[in-house]
Amino acid sequence: MAGVGKTISEKIFSAASGRDVWAGDLVVAEVSSAMAHDGTALLAIEAFEEMGGTKVWNPSRVALFLDHVAPSSNETFSKVHKRMRRFAFKHGISLYEVGSGVCHQLMIEEGYVRPGELVVGADSHTCTYGALGAFATGIGSTEMAAVFLSGKLWFKVPETLKVEIEGSLPPFVTPKDVALRVIGEVGADGATYQAVEFHGSTIEEMSVEGRLTLCNMAVEMGAKTGIINPDEKTYSYLAQLGLNPGRGFSSDPDAQYAKTLEFDVSSLEPQVACPHAVDNVKPVSEVEGTPVDQVFLGSCTNGRIEDLRLAAKILEGKVVKRGLRMIVTPASRRVYLQALREGLIETFVKAGCAVCNPGCGPCVGAHQGVLAPGEVCLSTSNRNFKGRMGCTDAEIYLASPATAAATAITGRITDPRSVVRA
Amino acid sequence: MKEPNRGKTLPIRGRAWKFGDDVNTDLIIAGKYKLSITDLDELSRHAMEGLIPDFAERFRRGDLIVAGRNFGCGSSREQAPLVLKHLGVGAVIARSFARIFYRNAINIGLPAAECKNVNRISDGDILEVDLEAGLVRNVTKGESYRITPIHPDLLQILVEGGLINYVKKHGALPWQLRSGR
Repeated sequence: MAGVGKTISEKIFSAASGRDVWAGDLVVAEVSSAMAHDGTALLAIEAFEEMGGTKVWNPSRVALFLDHVAPSSNETFSKVHKRMRRFAFKHGISLYEVGSGVCHQLMIEEGYVRPGELVVGADSHTCTYGALGAFATGIGSTEMAAVFLSGKLWFKVPETLKVEIEGSLPPFVTPKDVALRVIGEVGADGATYQAVEFHGSTIEEMSVEGRLTLCNMAVEMGAKTGIINPDEKTYSYLAQLGLNPGRGFSSDPDAQYAKTLEFDVSSLEPQVACPHAVDNVKPVSEVEGTPVDQVFLGSCTNGRIEDLRLAAKILEGKVVKRGLRMIVTPASRRVYLQALREGLIETFVKAGCAVCNPGCGPCVGAHQGVLAPGEVCLSTSNRNFKGRMGCTDAEIYLASPATAAATAITGRITDPRSVVRA
Repeated sequence: MKEPNRGKTLPIRGRAWKFGDDVNTDLIIAGKYKLSITDLDELSRHAMEGLIPDFAERFRRGDLIVAGRNFGCGSSREQAPLVLKHLGVGAVIARSFARIFYRNAINIGLPAAECKNVNRISDGDILEVDLEAGLVRNVTKGESYRITPIHPDLLQILVEGGLINYVKKHGALPWQLRSGR
């Protein structure tokens, strides 16, 4: 393969495995950081102990998060949290307490992810960090125990699907809409085992937060990760968080791709993923008017400051429709504080929203907004599977923070451009 | 109840339970149970109930799951393959797997194999799966299908009954043994 360029993913795996590797190779690679949360850590801790583990390979590169059921809503989870706190204390690992935020947001804010690194998390949305030019992917709990022990894991170097996105997004059309548009086209398994590399003028223009939303959703097309070549925006985003961004890799111009897809989003309409599949995507105009019982703004997909700003801009001076409840969950304490300083939280509270502590909120159906049979939720999160929000007889639509805010005002799925003057 | 501490006996033989495409982890085991029950005996009673409400009751140990594309998509929750293994699923044969489910299945010792001919298999067919030979034999229909070969390194983890059993048996992880650590 001499003389042929490499993708960013092949470069990261070559660096992490200490070998010159290409798509299709099975490698054992060293990870830079690893994380687990209250939905996955217990099994990892038990597996670690069953494997005879006494020492974590590098406690400063492992983080545990209490975010999925936090504060705990039942005794079972209170015991899980207790066990995680004990394990973290024993091994000198950082544990992010109830109220700190969603693991994926904190992994970035707390400096566990830098361009060019290989990061694993016991959560499928670990792929979010690819937005920073890291190779980040979700793994299971047992193999997380193996990472705790050795700092290494087996990987198949993935082929790459190149997605080129061109055009400037119209007002109130967001990176979430781009993500849904792409997933609707590629399908829920269209990128299975592959890395999805995003390119094009839309990505260059997009903020790092928008890129995080886009890469977060990559797993919804089966991808191993979503990934974007780091640029000046990436480095300055990390520097602004007070982190040393290091220096990452970029794909070579002659890198080999499994396939290339092109999208023009310059006249994209807001998109909605309809029940019960993330790839069941329609333009908002096709589902407008659908009555909604609950709106959720937050999650690792859309709980960042730009998301809250956009929703608050639409909700400013308005109230949520009578009979509908809107739940707002900032992605982290840092986001929460910033939103407080900017008056966004006041806007949400005055509009009648329930503002919850930073964390996963109702996304996974364990607390803070479980649905009832027959109810409909419009959520800014990333999954609308049957039963996802705690009730198998409820329906979930996925959309952007703008569409969520507009829907909360009218009580029906609404194109945000119809309630604001752009 | 603990699983016996041994590798799978090959080949695997059982009755097929047929499922469609995109069987996600919320259907295999709903998040609401995963986030309120940690006991596997109790958790397993809810396996696949989003698709077949009395699945766990009717399932017989050794039965096989046969599915279409993208089996196990969604969450990284290892409870999904764990409840299937705990119920006694002999193997999952699918057109394709979501990658984290596939990794988890191998790492906990639940045989998982890709087969392009799953459409030939009907609910209730008796199948024999030979992971080493890369073959599924449909005893009911008298047919045989190829399964995508599993990488030898991964097959070894699977045959040992998963990573935990591998470490218990060998005293180290596969890559620790290879690098001489």
